[in-house]
Amino acid sequence: MCTVCGCGTAKIEGAHKHDHSHDEGCGCNHHHHDHSHDHDHHHHPHDMHFGENEAGVSVPGMETKRLISIEQDILSKNDHIAAHNRVHFKEDGIFVLNLVSSPGSGKTTLLTRTLTDLKDQLPIAVIEGDQQTANDADRIRETGVPALQVNTGKGCHLDADMVAQARSRLDMPKEGVLFIENVGNLVCPAGFDLGEAHKIAILSVTEGEDKPIKYPDMFAAADIMILTKTDLLPYLDFDVAACLEYARRVNPDLKIFQLSSKNGDGLDQWYDWIKAGVDAAQS
Amino acid sequence: MHEMSLTQGVLNILEDYAKINGFAKVKTVWLEIGQLSHVEPEAMAFCFDAVMKGTIADGAKLEIVETPGQAICVDCAEELEIASRIAQCPKCGSYKLHISGGDEMRVKELEVE
Repeated sequence: MCTVCGCGTAKIEGAHKHDHSHDEGCGCNHHHHDHSHDHDHHHHPHDMHFGENEAGVSVPGMETKRLISIEQDILSKNDHIAAHNRVHFKEDGIFVLNLVSSPGSGKTTLLTRTLTDLKDQLPIAVIEGDQQTANDADRIRETGVPALQVNTGKGCHLDADMVAQARSRLDMPKEGVLFIENVGNLVCPAGFDLGEAHKIAILSVTEGEDKPIKYPDMFAAADIMILTKTDLLPYLDFDVAACLEYARRVNPDLKIFQLSSKNGDGLDQWYDWIKAGVDAAQS
Repeated sequence: MHEMSLTQGVLNILEDYAKINGFAKVKTVWLEIGQLSHVEPEAMAFCFDAVMKGTIADGAKLEIVETPGQAICVDCAEELEIASRIAQCPKCGSYKLHISGGDEMRVKELEVE
């Protein structure tokens, strides 16, 4: 069962079963549960009824119902595992990028082009998330770069535990870059930290310039945006300036690349940024 | 629908606390869900009954406390309540808002027996 999705259907290539319990913990010294206490309830006053328990009587000191204050983030388990992933990535000097977008934005095409151009300069590996099939991992492997497919089954996003498991099954590109291609979905992956250095939202010019304001959660969660398929701009009515303005409305700090995986426009800036990130990950 | 995953996360928290605090049944769960969080409260409520079935929280009541989105305008420092991430500062018209609250998704409190 997955950490937060619990769907029980996630499959990772090479794994025959989900072979560890999430209750085992990760050996870290911090716990989520060190602050919990029963207390009188002040915030939600209720009418008082005595003798409603199974015995139908009220006995002083034997009240069966009680209130427990918790104040715990729903994503705390995921975030805990993500933090753990991040520590491992930092130790190995790996620059990790989480790519998110709608299906069909050209994520895999951008990735295969990037891998082909950079694989002789940097250690690289790829974790591929899709609901079904290993087609994308196969496409990646054709470039000669190691890739691991994670099938989420009915799940609509990767979570930190899936990445933690994938991490142990894939040779990590020490002092290089790990790309995590999330499930094609512009909504669900937004809230799930995987331990990455950057969440990168990819938007293609065939999708409509108002996507950032239609799906603001993702563009707010990301800190990088890539506008792809710019070679098609002459054939479309896509308003680039409006798109960038919408994106910055949602997230004023967004760093934006514009590029074409097909004709290579804008790829140099993207590659320079990746190399600078890998350098910075070594310090 | 990621609310299903999040609801499973809620159940994980309940089960952890049941072990620590020694209770066998959850009667009510209070969640605090910010207006700017990644959760649609109605979808969460829909998932809740399904996910909790056959667990320590089978039949439990779900109470969602919604908190408003809060932001500070980066340009004029105005503090404001906002309903979405693409809001505009009513004072200076800027879209550059720093979100200061209302993005939480939290299990707040439980009634147990």
